[in-house]
Amino acid sequence: MLRRFASHWAAALFILLTPGLAKAELVIDIIGGAESAIPVAVVPFAWQGNGEPPEDVARIITDNLTRTGQFQALPRSEFIETPSAQADVRFANWRALGVDNLIVGDIRPDGDRFRVRYELLDVFTGSRMTGKTFTSPRDAMRTVSHVISDEIYEALLGRPGAFNTRIAYVAMQDRGEQREWRLVIADADGHYPESILTSRQPIMSPAWSPGGDRLAYVSFENRRSEVYVQTIGTGERENVASFEGINSAPAWSPDGRRLAVTLSRDGQTDIYVLELDSGQLRQITNHWAIDTEATWTPDGRSLLFTSDRGGSPQIYRADLRNGNVERVTYQGNYNASPTISPDGRRVAMVHRTDNGYGIAVQELEGNGRFRVLTRGGQDESPSFAPNGAMVLYATRANGRAVLGTASLYGEARQILSTQGERIREPAWSP
Amino acid sequence: MHGTNLTRWLLPAALALFLAGCATVGDEERVEDRPDGELSEEEMAAIDRERAAEARGLEGRRLVEGDALDQLLEDPSSPIGQRTVYFAFDSSEIREQDVSILEAHAAFLADHPDQRITVEGHTDERGAPEYNLALGERRAEAVKRALVLYGASADQIRVTSYGEENPVDLGSNEEAWAQNRRAELVYRY
Repeated sequence: MLRRFASHWAAALFILLTPGLAKAELVIDIIGGAESAIPVAVVPFAWQGNGEPPEDVARIITDNLTRTGQFQALPRSEFIETPSAQADVRFANWRALGVDNLIVGDIRPDGDRFRVRYELLDVFTGSRMTGKTFTSPRDAMRTVSHVISDEIYEALLGRPGAFNTRIAYVAMQDRGEQREWRLVIADADGHYPESILTSRQPIMSPAWSPGGDRLAYVSFENRRSEVYVQTIGTGERENVASFEGINSAPAWSPDGRRLAVTLSRDGQTDIYVLELDSGQLRQITNHWAIDTEATWTPDGRSLLFTSDRGGSPQIYRADLRNGNVERVTYQGNYNASPTISPDGRRVAMVHRTDNGYGIAVQELEGNGRFRVLTRGGQDESPSFAPNGAMVLYATRANGRAVLGTASLYGEARQILSTQGERIREPAWSP
Repeated sequence: MHGTNLTRWLLPAALALFLAGCATVGDEERVEDRPDGELSEEEMAAIDRERAAEARGLEGRRLVEGDALDQLLEDPSSPIGQRTVYFAFDSSEIREQDVSILEAHAAFLADHPDQRITVEGHTDERGAPEYNLALGERRAEAVKRALVLYGASADQIRVTSYGEENPVDLGSNEEAWAQNRRAELVYRY
């Protein structure tokens, strides 16, 4: 049963949306799935109003769950019945289809708002695991769907979901002779993209502050790399690093008061820590080689960074108290762009394989297990989901620059792309 | 060797400027011979333009700018007509075939001590963007070192890196990557 289920799932899902805020059409393509994943069915939510329902809540939940690689959703074409409440469910039908958990619900108009009710059911016991009713305006229906997805994820797996979060990325497009870069913030599933900066020069390396209210990034608007910090809500921004040479690779300290940056002001590329309030600068590494791409450990006591001091780029750790540096990665001859999982237990990186550049993950504790998550090619810029279950990265699909997500549990991958744009340098919000 | 190149190019240029000056004088005399002795606005403007060109030409020893610079930049056979050098994968070594290009720029900079340029380093798209930003700076620095070695002054040259952020060719293949692994010598921003 499960095997048949998996093969169905292997067919790609396509969603095409044109939300009001979006400048470009967004395409989501989910590939793969895993046989170890929990089989679920999300029944289309019954619509109790006139005309069309405001949103296909069940579809959003289905896509969210399957993207993690930890769930397999039964295709709608295989549903025998479409109940909307626990009392209507004939559990034997769903047991026969190999489903462990069922999600049902309905949507009804409530003035100019909508009431969304859902129930998460255990197919074997016929019992209700959790459920809730939300009231929301039309334009928050996707957010409600993400919150419901988070609750289902946590109820079934015992840890928080990361569906109601955002991503930042850089979009680039040629408009006639002009090339345009935009710094974009979107929902974690790629919907509702909004530009917060548009420039005729490159933008790179967006980094979320721990509070999620600010973005640090590199802008070439003065025809050189400089580091800015922008408050997302107000659009206010400040140039925080414009020294001679390179100013790049901003990374927030866990307390949000400091930025690790890469500077080449003294003729060699080293890592510094910038105190944001005082502007005080402290040099962390001092080596003729390239030292860059710092990322903080969650305890704020050390930085992981990329250095080619050993001849090829590898990941090192610098202890901020005593300045000691030790090498972290030994697999292959190219490991770069370290990003630490929120629990501090593993590091994701760009790893060169025979297939080009892929995303790999190494355990920082215990046996130091190293595994490659993606098939490889032009994968770069990995960024962990705030729950550590997925990695967002930049990749190429059919020759186009797009974003991908890979699950740490299972084989699910998702591709996010927009028409006519190169999208790169993603960063997942806290 | 680069000295010879420069002379070969500068001589006709000087000659052209000299001839342009003569032509201006001729035009003015003709206009003043008219019975009403008046100049149309277009004629006045044309004279102003040519005088301006003459003045810039005389200052051109220390600094070339304006139209004169544009002419040099647009002419592929001028000493600064070729402004891009290319690199092998993962390398910041100047290729043998690019040495003469850099020698010509160095000689031009040495002859025009007020001239300033920026060397922009670029990489192909493969690998980590931030690491590539640093590699791009290595390339730009290598070009600066070569220019200084061939006679330019270090304070005439600014270096910057774009890493993989601003490719010439948006393709994802060997040909595109070879076009994108480059350093550009920028005289005008």
